[in-house]
Amino acid sequence: MLELKNISFGVEDEDGAKEIIRDISLTIPDNKMIVVTGPNGGGKSTLARIIAGIEKPTSGKIYFNGEDITDKSITERARMGIGFAFQQPVKFKGIRVIDLIRLAKGSELSVSDACEYLSEVGLCAREYIDREVNNSLSGGELKRIEIATILAKASRLSIFDEPEAGIDLWSFQNLIQVFEGMRENINNSSIMIISHQERILNIADEIVVIRGGKLAAQGSRDEILPTLLNTDSAVNGYCFKQQGKAAKAAAAAN
Amino acid sequence: MGEQLKVDEIQKRLLAEVADLHEVPVGAFNIRSNGESIGRVSTANIDITSKEGVSGIDVRIKPGTKNQSVHIPVVMTVSGLTEIVYNDFYIGEDCDVTIVAGCGIDNCGPKDSEHDGIHRFYVGKGAKVKYVEKHYGSGDGKGKRILNPGTEVYMEEDSFMEMEMVQIKGVDDTNRTNTAELAAGAKLVVRERLMTHGEQNAVSIYDVKLNGEGSSADVVSRSVARGNSFQKFDAKIVGNAPCNGHTECDSIIMDNGRILAVPGLAANNVDAELFHEAAIGKIAGDQLIKLMTLGLTEQEAEEQIVNGFLK
Repeated sequence: MLELKNISFGVEDEDGAKEIIRDISLTIPDNKMIVVTGPNGGGKSTLARIIAGIEKPTSGKIYFNGEDITDKSITERARMGIGFAFQQPVKFKGIRVIDLIRLAKGSELSVSDACEYLSEVGLCAREYIDREVNNSLSGGELKRIEIATILAKASRLSIFDEPEAGIDLWSFQNLIQVFEGMRENINNSSIMIISHQERILNIADEIVVIRGGKLAAQGSRDEILPTLLNTDSAVNGYCFKQQGKAAKAAAAAN
Repeated sequence: MGEQLKVDEIQKRLLAEVADLHEVPVGAFNIRSNGESIGRVSTANIDITSKEGVSGIDVRIKPGTKNQSVHIPVVMTVSGLTEIVYNDFYIGEDCDVTIVAGCGIDNCGPKDSEHDGIHRFYVGKGAKVKYVEKHYGSGDGKGKRILNPGTEVYMEEDSFMEMEMVQIKGVDDTNRTNTAELAAGAKLVVRERLMTHGEQNAVSIYDVKLNGEGSSADVVSRSVARGNSFQKFDAKIVGNAPCNGHTECDSIIMDNGRILAVPGLAANNVDAELFHEAAIGKIAGDQLIKLMTLGLTEQEAEEQIVNGFLK
């Protein structure tokens, strides 16, 4: 279980001080999938980075399974069981997909076990396992490998920052299945997904809305989802569906 | 290996580092230790003979020799030794062979140890050669470990040569000069991997002349400079015919490391197509952060990134 208590985060730039997160208190209970949504620039990604330890809050406290982790480093938090999937996956020259999955797992891992994780995210394992995690991979491929590393890490809390960003429509279908699978096997862990996609919101146990750096709403899916209709998130979801239909039509035509 | 070749533990370790040799090599070999040959085997197709007048060997490989290898490692364990060695390789037409060179210096003494190996390759028509050269230094004496290798490559029509040059650790001073001349249809591939640390200094100079129609060269260096070390990568490709050339220097700098990349292209024919790329920078912050979110410390993350980069 993760608890954020009165978290604020600000930066200083040439226009003076700017508050990005304003006094957010939030609990992510065990055995739940929480989807965090809200307009772009509202502070969702910053909040995720604060939880992973990449950014330090200006004020407030973070507790993970009852322990104060506010001053813990990225590494310490990772070892305590926090996993974080980047919105834009990082590339490495010379580090292969299997190397990254092994590092994520933190122990020796056979090639066939590593392949399992790739298959789960819809990549033909044999074709990818020895590839370098570099520019030769497409954005969608990198994204799926990023998600595979989080599956391999098997954290108590897994955070995904816009997993749908940069992924093609066909992969998206598969992604939903990955999250459904994670939800089914949640076993004392919790999942936090930052997303605009209605189909991801649809599989959430709880939805959190962050707007203008503040916690705008939090509640069960059935409670929150209807209120999001006619908002940016819903519009994004609608556009996405339309694109999906167009792509399917184009594929059928070919 | 110990019994047959009379090498001590340090020499054994150096041989393992530079030539992956843990036993007496299969095929032809010449092992040079502290200025003299301590083991040599020629085969039916590969003849190794000593040069007269100067230090070094001639290696003659019969035309059509396939899937055979030559190992010619050099080890030095005596402080204060300086040597210049000339090794010439005559590779017959249509051969397909691997040549493994390399030099390991262990210097625990106060004086500098230096090995300057000049390798000349005459690659016959249609022949295919893989050349591997590794450098390694160890020992904590004040004396420097100095290696100044030189390669000269002469490639006949439609020949192919791949050169893998590796220097990862322990060599204080290196000045490497590589030249190549390619006839029509010949192809040269160079993969250099270099890491310098401490106060080390490493200079790599390449001068590749693409003289024949359809010849090509691909010279790629990946390097890491840490500590107060300095590297210079000076790669020049000259296109004298319709040809393809590419050079690339991709480097990571750490601590106070410094790198000077000087890519050079000269096109003397309107159908010469030449490219160069050079990128130098420190390890990207997001690479470190990604590996730290997987549970690695910053130092472990750095090691993984550098090891991968130089693999």
